[in-house]
Amino acid sequence: MSGTTLFGLCAATLVGLGLYGLICQPGALRKILAFNLIGSGVFLLFGVIAQRGGGVLALAGTGRDGDPVPQALVITGLVVAFAATAIAVTLLVRLAETSARGTLEGDEPPPQAPPDEPRP
Amino acid sequence: MSLALDLFTIVAVTLGAIFFLAGTVGLLRFPDTLTRLHALTKADNLGLGLVVLGLLPQTTAPLGWIGLIAVWLLALLSGATVGQLLAEAVRPPEWDQNRTPDALPNVPPNAPEASSHD
Amino acid sequence: MTSALLVDAALVLLVLGLALWITAARAAYGAAVGFVAYGLLLTIVWVRLAAVDVAMTEAALGSGLTGLLLLGAAARLAPYEAAEHQRRPGPWLRVLVGILCAAIAAGLAAVVLLLPDPAPSQALAVAAQLPATGLANPVTGVLMAYRAIDTLLESVVLVPALIGVWSLSTEMAWGGRPGFLTPWRSGSALPLLARVLPPFGILVGIHLVWAGADDPGGKFQGAAVLAAMWILVMVAGLREPPSVSDRLMRFLLIIGPLCFIGIGAAGIRLAGAFLAYPEAYAKPLILAIEVGLTISVTAVLGLLLAGPPAPEPQYQRRSRRRS
Repeated sequence: MSGTTLFGLCAATLVGLGLYGLICQPGALRKILAFNLIGSGVFLLFGVIAQRGGGVLALAGTGRDGDPVPQALVITGLVVAFAATAIAVTLLVRLAETSARGTLEGDEPPPQAPPDEPRP
Repeated sequence: MSLALDLFTIVAVTLGAIFFLAGTVGLLRFPDTLTRLHALTKADNLGLGLVVLGLLPQTTAPLGWIGLIAVWLLALLSGATVGQLLAEAVRPPEWDQNRTPDALPNVPPNAPEASSHD
Repeated sequence: MTSALLVDAALVLLVLGLALWITAARAAYGAAVGFVAYGLLLTIVWVRLAAVDVAMTEAALGSGLTGLLLLGAAARLAPYEAAEHQRRPGPWLRVLVGILCAAIAAGLAAVVLLLPDPAPSQALAVAAQLPATGLANPVTGVLMAYRAIDTLLESVVLVPALIGVWSLSTEMAWGGRPGFLTPWRSGSALPLLARVLPPFGILVGIHLVWAGADDPGGKFQGAAVLAAMWILVMVAGLREPPSVSDRLMRFLLIIGPLCFIGIGAAGIRLAGAFLAYPEAYAKPLILAIEVGLTISVTAVLGLLLAGPPAPEPQYQRRSRRRS
């Protein structure tokens, strides 16, 4: 059992925890947080695979070793995940402003929504 | 010589870790936000300073030293600012009416003798 | 058990503890604060996995900017939180979901334990091609040369994300200034920080972009630091966010993808394929793309956090000009 395998098991647990939070948390912001947990778990899994592919470059032993292709994919994924979180959070804040609730269930009418501003 | 430097590193980092531990105990055990802020900022400045001091012999001079000390100064700056902002946010509103808390008069506001206070 | 394994085990326990806190915390604000700490611990995990570039990106974007986003949202949604707690699923449903999620986690754990040994790797192939690009950092080489199309699409996709955020404004506010970063009105500590820190932050950001060619760093990390300095200045009230109809700001948003596409198209003539660099000019072209991308990604990150245009009266002076 090496440190890398430990991090891989941690990544698997994070995905499970995030999935539980995504399904069972009622508030949409908590779901977005849980979704970010799942994302970080998947990125960690990529990182484990990248670390296992190291040890062959001249950089071995400098702490910057590892297969650079999964690492580059994770960097791209982090940026895109941030952009997706930004849109999701803005949608949620707008939903709360117009319908005064922070959940996504549509089976009951929302509380009295404030009237939108009059058009010109 | 390197043994002495390694010993210095171990001692300084351990002292820094003890300060961080003290700060965490303060965070958990102090009664309200302002005292907790006090514990946190003291631990942050002195603890991080000791850790940085202990790590100085382990990096190359002078760029490594400048980098480590810059980290400590930036943490000081941001910690002080955040401490100020949090303290402003939790400051009790009656402190704004008089300049010092113990000058609060113990009389009803519309009593005639309270009109001489500002 | 070596000491390195003990450190890794302690890190894993802390990370899992924070993940549990994020899932189980009562208030969304507490969960968001836990998320920021969780991101910083993940940064240390990335360093232990020998991926320093990813560690920097996680600290800047994953923990810093995402944390700022979530903290702001938690503060805005706090009035509606009490109604959420009455809508949790019943205990039996939660137990069932817990069992299923544990099964999924166990499946992933089995995948981790059964990974092939020796591990397949592309590190040697990357190292063989890296000198042709003039770079010494293999991750930057992969991002800019081997998987350049990924980086191009990623920088392009940030712009529709920003347009999506802008489109959530109300009818009357379109064309005005973004409204999520309301300035802090009292005290002088934050304006002092916003005057003292940005010069150093800008230096650090530009250095990260420049040093990314040979050492860990790169344009996304540097752009995140620059965007953070800009956001600090906006939150302290020293500068207003630019209005969304500002032409210069819109041009700066697209200059990075335009540079990238232009140089890529020129590669069809000069080197035979889209996004191929001619041998002798690889490094200067890559640097040109990086400069353009840094400007654009900084602008996009800052504006994503600034939010949709807001209907505040003081921000509606310029919104008569509809575009």
